Amino acid sequence: MDIKLLSTLNSERAARRATVLITELGSGEQRLVKEADLAGDEMAEALDNQLRSGKSGTVEVDGKAWFLTVQAPPPRIIVTGAVHISQALAPMAKLLDLDVTVIDPRTAFATQERFPDVTLLAEWPEEALQSVPFDGYTAFVALTHDPKIDDPALQAALRSSCFYIGALGSRKTHGKRLERLAAAGFGEADVKRIHAPIGLDIGAVSPAEIALAILGEIVQALRGPRRKPV
Amino acid sequence: MISTDTDILATAEAWAKAGRGVALATVVETWGSAPRPVGSHLVIDGEGNFLGSVSGGCVEGAVVAEAGDVIAEGKPRTLEFGVADETAWQVGLSCGGRIKVYVEPVRA
Repeated sequence: MDIKLLSTLNSERAARRATVLITELGSGEQRLVKEADLAGDEMAEALDNQLRSGKSGTVEVDGKAWFLTVQAPPPRIIVTGAVHISQALAPMAKLLDLDVTVIDPRTAFATQERFPDVTLLAEWPEEALQSVPFDGYTAFVALTHDPKIDDPALQAALRSSCFYIGALGSRKTHGKRLERLAAAGFGEADVKRIHAPIGLDIGAVSPAEIALAILGEIVQALRGPRRKPV
Repeated sequence: MISTDTDILATAEAWAKAGRGVALATVVETWGSAPRPVGSHLVIDGEGNFLGSVSGGCVEGAVVAEAGDVIAEGKPRTLEFGVADETAWQVGLSCGGRIKVYVEPVRA
């Protein structure tokens, strides 16, 4: 691989833009296609299919085998609420290679001491989301229980292509949340994207168990189930 | 922390820019219960330092050794590993899967 190609690939990744690296395995001939240039490419259809599946693989075009390395941006989690569950979620997410950003304007909660090694934004969501905008490779988790903080972020998430949206709260809390979202103009299809009650139903009780249930659900949304029922 | 693709490809770039001989290995095909998915990377330098993985640790040694030749020759090659391979007892995949690994030089 040419170092220039590798450089471009890495800088696109850093900017959270997808690329596909095309390699002819026989000759080693190689080129890189950016997400933005994909539509106009001669292999557009094959590239698009591969990118949408998020998986690298070999395709046959014009009798040649081309290996397509899909470089989708790394998935990440944005959380509102520098709370007990987020404290457990952050280190667990790190083991899963999921970057975590915690947003909470309450400076008593959002302290680096409580959240070592985590991107922590002690700002209101409207402001914080300017520097970490939602995209299709982002999961959003609302954990504050406070509509003043959760709702603006939740609305922004619903307007985005986030691959996962989850909100903490009992059915009653979620019912009230749905009323507020309906009043704000969100339809049924929109609010159906919200996972609530949040997390896989593993009977989680402690903050760490709830964090585990949430992360399990996020991984499921990212990868999809694979085993067939027996 | 466990190295991600981001770390591996950034490392490949940094090593090459620092003047080290570098090869990049990529899993291009798998059959059966292969431990790492297609697209997984391993970066290797001329001294045999490496980061990432193309299997659960089963064939990395062999890939690193081949990478030395790839760096020296400057030409890519494709390697296959699996239970049917004659070297299976030394470097085969104990899980019973088979993998194909493309190893290419990174040219500065």
